[in-house]
Amino acid sequence: MSTEITQHSHAATLQTESHGHHEGDHGHHHEESFISKYVFSQDHKMIAKQFLITGMIWGVIGGLFSVLFRLQLGYPDMTFPILEDMFGKWAAGGRISNEFYYALVTMHGTILVFFVLTAGLSGTFANFLIPLQVGARDMASPFLNMLSYWFFFLASVIMFASLFLQTGPASGGWTIYPPLSALGQASEGSKLGMDFWLVSMAMFIVSSLLGGLNYITTILNMRTKGMSMTRMPLTIWAIFFTAVLGVLSFPVLLSGAILLLFDRNLGTSFYLSEIVVKGEILPNEGGSAILFQHLFWFLGHPEVYIILMPALGMVSEILSVNSRKPIFGYLAMVGSLFAIAILAFLVWAHHMFVTGLNPFLGAFFVLLTLLIAVPSAIKVFNWLTTIWRGNLRFTPAMLFAMGFVSLFISGGLTGIFLGNSTLDIHLHDTYFVVAHFHIVMGVASMFGMFAGVYHWYPKMYGRYMNNTLAYIHFWVSLAGAYLIFWPMHYFGLAGMPRRYTDWSNWQSFNMFADANRAISTVAMVVFAVQLLFIFNFFYSIWKGRKVTTQNPWGANTLEWTAPIRPGHGNWPGDIPEVHRWAYDYGKDGREFIPQTEAVSDSESKH
Amino acid sequence: MTETVNIQRGRIHPYKFTMWVAIGSIIMMFAGLTSAYIVKRSQAGWVMIDIPLAFWFSTVVILASSVTVHLAVRASRERDMPGYRKWMVATAVLGTVFLILQTKGFMDLRAQDIRLVGAGSNASHSFLLAIAGLHGLHVLGGVAALLVIAWRVVRSRTRTYSSVPAEVISTYWHFVDVLWIYLILFFNWMR
Repeated sequence: MSTEITQHSHAATLQTESHGHHEGDHGHHHEESFISKYVFSQDHKMIAKQFLITGMIWGVIGGLFSVLFRLQLGYPDMTFPILEDMFGKWAAGGRISNEFYYALVTMHGTILVFFVLTAGLSGTFANFLIPLQVGARDMASPFLNMLSYWFFFLASVIMFASLFLQTGPASGGWTIYPPLSALGQASEGSKLGMDFWLVSMAMFIVSSLLGGLNYITTILNMRTKGMSMTRMPLTIWAIFFTAVLGVLSFPVLLSGAILLLFDRNLGTSFYLSEIVVKGEILPNEGGSAILFQHLFWFLGHPEVYIILMPALGMVSEILSVNSRKPIFGYLAMVGSLFAIAILAFLVWAHHMFVTGLNPFLGAFFVLLTLLIAVPSAIKVFNWLTTIWRGNLRFTPAMLFAMGFVSLFISGGLTGIFLGNSTLDIHLHDTYFVVAHFHIVMGVASMFGMFAGVYHWYPKMYGRYMNNTLAYIHFWVSLAGAYLIFWPMHYFGLAGMPRRYTDWSNWQSFNMFADANRAISTVAMVVFAVQLLFIFNFFYSIWKGRKVTTQNPWGANTLEWTAPIRPGHGNWPGDIPEVHRWAYDYGKDGREFIPQTEAVSDSESKH
Repeated sequence: MTETVNIQRGRIHPYKFTMWVAIGSIIMMFAGLTSAYIVKRSQAGWVMIDIPLAFWFSTVVILASSVTVHLAVRASRERDMPGYRKWMVATAVLGTVFLILQTKGFMDLRAQDIRLVGAGSNASHSFLLAIAGLHGLHVLGGVAALLVIAWRVVRSRTRTYSSVPAEVISTYWHFVDVLWIYLILFFNWMR
């Protein structure tokens, strides 16, 4: 009882501290109603779960879309009457219409890139881990943090509503290049669906900015005593750089999107010039479509690191914990994250090699792009040396982390191909690109996210997820990832273009018919296994094996010093003080030494 | 309470720091827009822009508002609550005058038959509208924040003498001021 009282008084302290300008009537904050605990919660842990579960719902929708368009790609000559029953005119005659296909790929990209792998991944783990791992009671501003989720929710509602428009959702690709996206008469999806897309993304950007501000401020200002920057776990470093990238690059996308809204609705000519649509000559003059691409990719490239970096951090942590060895080259890991963050801003034009970019300029972008291989290789080397001769525990989180490293290597190597502007002339807009970014950014980050969920699930819900289901999930996902995307490299090298509804009219691509069918089958199996994961997740919330010890993985970081089910405020009593870095595993004959333990005189130096 | 305060000692207040990061973010947005402007300007079909006279008057007004917001912070630090409230409201009024002058500037352009949007518009004046308009929205947000904070001082039952809200909003206000000066000089030199 006494501890409970202490905890409450600290929660109240937190409230008065962070809401100093309120009336100070938060003393009874702990008597939370259902609404303030589960809906409009200001507790970072609950907000993290909100992000995660919303992200999972989007993951199912986005994944289902890929299954639908894989049906078309795998079986171009077959009809599926059930599709017509479900989607009506969009799948007339049981075949996915061209408009529907483009809407599906556009929404698949948008949903997975922004709603699942940005909000679902960063939103979840930044919120959950930052206060727990740096030793803070909550975020710098719990209120802004709550707003961040609700802006994401609003963005989700608008994007979801766009799926049900009569003219369909946006369908010009997730990169929404004008003039296609700017002109309603150019395609069905460029009508109302595109306005919904832009407004939804504007809300999404506000959400990421509010989140990012909080993440940065909390990491820099709210660390507990003794938690110097160089003692922070690599998860926090990775989330920090992610947030910096987001705060600096999302506003630029917003500028690009605002100008596009002007062009669409106010008849301006930022991106439009001398266009004829269906015989009609448009009055717009002097605009530049390439301008949009510059603005878009100035965000778009950092965005792929926004997706990837939290996974880099979590994988480093999970590999070290489950190898029972310190992370190899901690400062090199931090330095390489920093290098990746800087380079992220200097390589955007490699998405535009074939848009008429000055080849002289292209050479610089090639050089800077290939430079990313250096920090990436440092990270891979350090992960491998971390697990090298370690005492490996193959928990589901560990398997996903190792799977991540595998995918990061395979996908990273093809990046070196694509980073060369000369090779890009052949490879751009082919399945080679699809294979590259799905492996290195899509599936790899997804694996990082799964690793994180399995690893921190006991902290989130006080229960374990089922291991057998987790192992099935891992092996099918890993095998599936390679079976789906490996063959696509060969399609791409043969010149097979992406974004085509039906490739069967080309004699040269008919040789891939069997492979395409196989890919579609595997895609369905992999999708089914993700549903298994979701079942496991929700089943375990109520029925999972209970966590009985505070520190089930024997990890050093601060979140495992909090109670099994921490309340709002995280620690009853004082916030623990930190005396060492997060990676003292297997030191002086001890398996692990938590960060809270003081350094003794007899200890060897690291 | 003491414990949490101890942690904060010697460090910048988290809210102030958040504001600085937010300012960095807004800078990136306007950097994106003005660099798009520069790229566009170097291409064919650029029409030189006219800066309406009202914009220069609005510049004077927003400069004056930076002085009033500074006085508001000083009053807040000295716990002179009536003075604090007075200068906050004065700043909000000047902000509103700024917005009215900006609107008048665009109406003057329209009166000179310069199209900002729609058929026959040139990207140059559309840029002026988009960039100055977005800046105006940021000022509008600032005015709203000033009024909310001033209203809280009136309404609040318990007296809180924290100068943090005043300092945070003044940082923002000085920023939108400096941003406007950058923008008007930019438009003037990069016509």
